[in-house]
Amino acid sequence: MLYDIFIDPFVQMYDMPDFFLQVLWEGFVAGILYALIALGFVLIFKASGVFNFAQGIMVVFAGLTLVGLNENGVPAYLALILTIGVMGVLAYGVERVVMRPLVNQPDIILLMATIGLTYFLVGFGEFVFGGEPKQMITEQLGLPTGSTAFEIGERGLVILQHIDIAAAVIAVLMVAALGIFFNKTRIGRALRAVADDHQAALSVGISLNQIWAIVWFAAGLVALATGIMWGARSDVSFALEIVAFKALPVLILGGFTSIPGAIVGGLIIGFGEKIGELYWGGLVGGGIESWLAYIIALVFLLFRPQGLFGERIIERI
Amino acid sequence: MFYREAGQFKTSYKADQALMPILQDRVGLAVILIIAFAVIPATANDFFLTSIMIPFLVFSLAAIGLNILTGFCGQLSLGTGAFMGVGAYAAYKLTSIFPDANVIVMVLLSGVFSAAIGAVFGLPSLRIKGLYLAVTTLAAQFFLEWCFIRIPWLYNYNASGAIEVPHREVFGIVASGAEATPLARYFIVLGITVFIALLMANVLRGRIGRSWMMIRDMDIAAELMGIRPLRTKLMAFAVSSYICGVAGAMMVFFWLNAAEPSSYSIRLSFQILFMVILGGLGSLSGAFMGAAFIWILPVILKFVPGLMGIDLAAETIEHATFMIVGALIIFFLIVEPHGFARLWAIAKQKLRVWPFPY
Amino acid sequence: MNAIVKEKAVAPEPAAETAKREVLLKVDNVSLSFGGVKAITDISFDIQKGEIRAIIGPNGAGKTSMLNVINGFYHPQEGTITWQGKVRRKMKPYEAASNGIARTFQNVALFKGMTTLDNIMSGRSLKMHRNFFWQLLWHGPAANEEIEHRKKVEEIIDFLEIQAIRKTPVGKLPYGLQKRVELGRALAMEPDLLLLDEPMAGMNLEEKEDMSRFIVDVNQEFGTTIALIEHDMGVVMDLSDRVVVLDYGKKIADGPPEEVQANQDVIDAYLGVSH
Repeated sequence: MLYDIFIDPFVQMYDMPDFFLQVLWEGFVAGILYALIALGFVLIFKASGVFNFAQGIMVVFAGLTLVGLNENGVPAYLALILTIGVMGVLAYGVERVVMRPLVNQPDIILLMATIGLTYFLVGFGEFVFGGEPKQMITEQLGLPTGSTAFEIGERGLVILQHIDIAAAVIAVLMVAALGIFFNKTRIGRALRAVADDHQAALSVGISLNQIWAIVWFAAGLVALATGIMWGARSDVSFALEIVAFKALPVLILGGFTSIPGAIVGGLIIGFGEKIGELYWGGLVGGGIESWLAYIIALVFLLFRPQGLFGERIIERI
Repeated sequence: MFYREAGQFKTSYKADQALMPILQDRVGLAVILIIAFAVIPATANDFFLTSIMIPFLVFSLAAIGLNILTGFCGQLSLGTGAFMGVGAYAAYKLTSIFPDANVIVMVLLSGVFSAAIGAVFGLPSLRIKGLYLAVTTLAAQFFLEWCFIRIPWLYNYNASGAIEVPHREVFGIVASGAEATPLARYFIVLGITVFIALLMANVLRGRIGRSWMMIRDMDIAAELMGIRPLRTKLMAFAVSSYICGVAGAMMVFFWLNAAEPSSYSIRLSFQILFMVILGGLGSLSGAFMGAAFIWILPVILKFVPGLMGIDLAAETIEHATFMIVGALIIFFLIVEPHGFARLWAIAKQKLRVWPFPY
Repeated sequence: MNAIVKEKAVAPEPAAETAKREVLLKVDNVSLSFGGVKAITDISFDIQKGEIRAIIGPNGAGKTSMLNVINGFYHPQEGTITWQGKVRRKMKPYEAASNGIARTFQNVALFKGMTTLDNIMSGRSLKMHRNFFWQLLWHGPAANEEIEHRKKVEEIIDFLEIQAIRKTPVGKLPYGLQKRVELGRALAMEPDLLLLDEPMAGMNLEEKEDMSRFIVDVNQEFGTTIALIEHDMGVVMDLSDRVVVLDYGKKIADGPPEEVQANQDVIDAYLGVSH
C-alpha cells in the first residue's frame, strides 16, 4: 500500500517519460484554461470588489452565442464580431440593471446577484439556442486543428494539439495586454481606485458606471476567448459549469486581485489535478479530479491564508 | 391599527424575553400552526401535499440549517447539498442495518453523522474567512459527492447506484416507502420541521445564539470578549449540518422515495443558499418564506402556460423558469437586500403606525 | 473646555496615595514589530490597582498597539507582561478576557446586527454556563440564567442612562451612544482592568462630559482599574492619576499629569521639533 502511494507513481514517471510529459502537457493546457476563467474573475474583482460567480457561465454563454449564430447562417467572422457586440450589451446591461442599483451593498449580496445572473444566463442561453451540446466552429474561425507528434527517446511519443498551443499563446498575449491596460493607462488607474474604495473613487470624479461597464466588457472578451478555446477541446454546453467552479481554487491560490496569481494558480491546479488523477487516482477508484483541486487549494490556504501573491494580512482593530 | 403593542406591558424579564412578546404575533403563529396541522390535511389533495407542501417543508428545514451557519454565524457555505446527502445516506444505512427501528428516530439520528462531517469541514474556518471559506465547503461538496458515487457500501451495492427507501411502519402506519400515504408523510415532515425550528428559536435567543452572532458581526471583538472562535464556529457547523442532514434524510425518505448522488449536487446547495438569502440572512421565518418562494414559484410557472392554453415544451418551460428565477433573485436583491424577513418587518412597522406614515 | 470638564468630573485622588497601591499589570521592555516596522520599542510601565492610567502620544505613537499587546491580540517579540503578579505566557485574546481584561475600541466595534440589550448581554457570555441542551429546552435553567444576568445588565443600562435604546439595533444609534453602549458591554464583563481606546473620540462637549463622568464613576463606585488612550488633553489631565507618554513607539515620559505636562520632551513631541 505504502509502495503504491509513495514509490510506484515515481517509478512510472521515470519508466515512461513520454507519458509523463504528455500528462504534464495536458495539465498545462487545463491549467491555462482554468487560468483564463480565473482571469475574468480577477478583472471584475479588481475593479469592483465583486466576486463574479457568473464568469464561468459567461464563458459558456459566449461560446454558445458564437456557435448558435453560426448555426443560424451567420458567417463565422461576422458571428465573432456579433458575439463581441453581445458581450458588450451584456456588460452594459449588467452594469445598468445589476451593479448600479446594488452599489455599496455588502459583498455577499453582490455575490448573490451574480449567482442570480448565472441562473438568468443559463436560462437565456438555453432558451434562445437550445440545450443540446454544440460543436465549436474551430476551423471556420481559422484556428489550427492539427496535431504534431514529437518523439521522445526511442519509443516515446508526445502529441501536441495545435489548438492547445494556440490557447497558450493567446493566454499569454491576453495577460500581457491586461497588464499594460491596468498599470499603464488612465482607465487602468481609475479601475484600481474603484477597486479600493467605491465612494472615494466617486469623490475624485471617477465614473463608476463607465468603469464597471468597461471592466465587465473586458471580462466578457476574456470569456469569449476562453469559450472558443474550451469549446474546441470539448463541446459547448452548460455542463461546463462544473468545470468553471474550478476557477475558485485557482483564485484562492493566486489571490483574488493578482493577474500573475491567476496564471500561476491555474497552472498549479492544472498540473496537480492531472498528475494526481493519473498517478494516484487509480488507488481510490479514480475520478478524484472532481475534488482534488479544492483540496490542493485548501492545503495551501491553511499555510498561507492570503494566497500565493496576496499581501500578508495584519489584523487591526 | 390592528398591529399595536400599546397597552401590552411586561412586568417581568421572563415575559419580556418570550419568543414573541407581542400578542398579535402569537395569534398569527397559532393561526399558521392550525392551518398547517388541521386545515391543510383536511382539505388538500395528494398532489398539493406531495408536490408543494412536503418539499416546501423539507427545504425550509434545510434553509434553517444553512441560515444557522451563514445567517447567524456568518460563515458562507456552498456545501449544503452534500451535507444533506450525508444525512440521506446515513439514514439509508441506518435503516438497512437496523430494519426494526423506528424510521423517524433513524432520520433524526442520521443528522448526527452529517454534524460530525460538517464539523470536520468546519475546522479550516479558524484560519480561513469569508469567500475563502467557500472553497472549503466546495471541497466538501465535491468530495462527498464523489464518495456517494465511489463507495458502493453506502448504497448497499445496488446496481443502479441509487438509494431506494425501504418500506417502514411506525405504530402500524406506513411511514416510508412507496406505499406511504402523502398525509402520513406530510405529518412526519411537518412535525420534525416545526420541532427543530422551535428548538433553534430557543438556542438563538440564548447565550449560544448570541455567541454565533458575535462571531458574525465582529469576530475580533467577540474573541476579545472571551468567545473561543474555533469552538463557537465548529458548534455552528455541527448544528447547521445536523439540521441539513435531517432535511436531506427527510428529502429522500418522505418525499422522493429514491435518490442518487446527483440529487445532492451543487445545484441543491445553491438552491438552499437562494432560499436563505432571499428569505433574509439571520431570520428563521425568512427561511420559510425563502423556501416557499424558490420552491413554489417554479411549480406555478410550470402550470401557468397550460392554464392559459399555451402549449410549450417542457424543456422551454424549464429554461424560462431558470431565467425568471434568476431575474427575480436580482430584482429582490435590489428591492430589499435583507430579504423577505425585512420586508415583513417593514410591513409590520407600517401597520403599527397606520394610518400615520411615521 | 478645560474648566467645564473640571467642574463636572470628580477630582481624582492625589497621586501620592496611588503610588502605594498594589501593581495590577506590569509591562517590561516590550518590543513589537510588523515585518520590519517597529511599532513599539522597549517600553516598560505599570498599572496599579484602582487607578486611572492614561496613555497619550501623537498619532502613530503605538498606543493602540500597546493596548493590543496587553489584551493578547498582538504578541510582542520581546519583553514580558506580568498580570496580577504572574508572568504571562503567550496568550489568546479570549484568555485575556477570562482573566478579567475588558476593552473598548477606537473605531466602535459593536455587534451591529444586535440590539443594545443583546450587545451588553454579550458581555456576560463568559459568566453564563448552561450548555447546548439546556439552551435547546430554554424553559427552566437556561431561562433562569438569562434572567439573572439580565438583571445585572439592566443595572448597567440604568447606570449609563440608556434605558430608552434598550431594544434598538446598535447600527441605528448615533456615534456618541454607540460609544456608551460599548462601554456598557465592557462593564458587563465586570473586569479587573478596563482598557478604553479613545473613549471620547469624535464626541461633542456634552457627550465628553457625560463620558468623563461615567469613567470616573466606574473607577470610584466599582473600583475598576482603567487604562485609557485619549487625545483630549483637558480630559486626560483631569481624569487620570498617572500618565505615560509615547512617541514613535518609545516611552518619553511617565508620571502624574502635572509633571508630564511640564516635561520638555512631551512638549516637543506634541508641538513638533525637528528630530
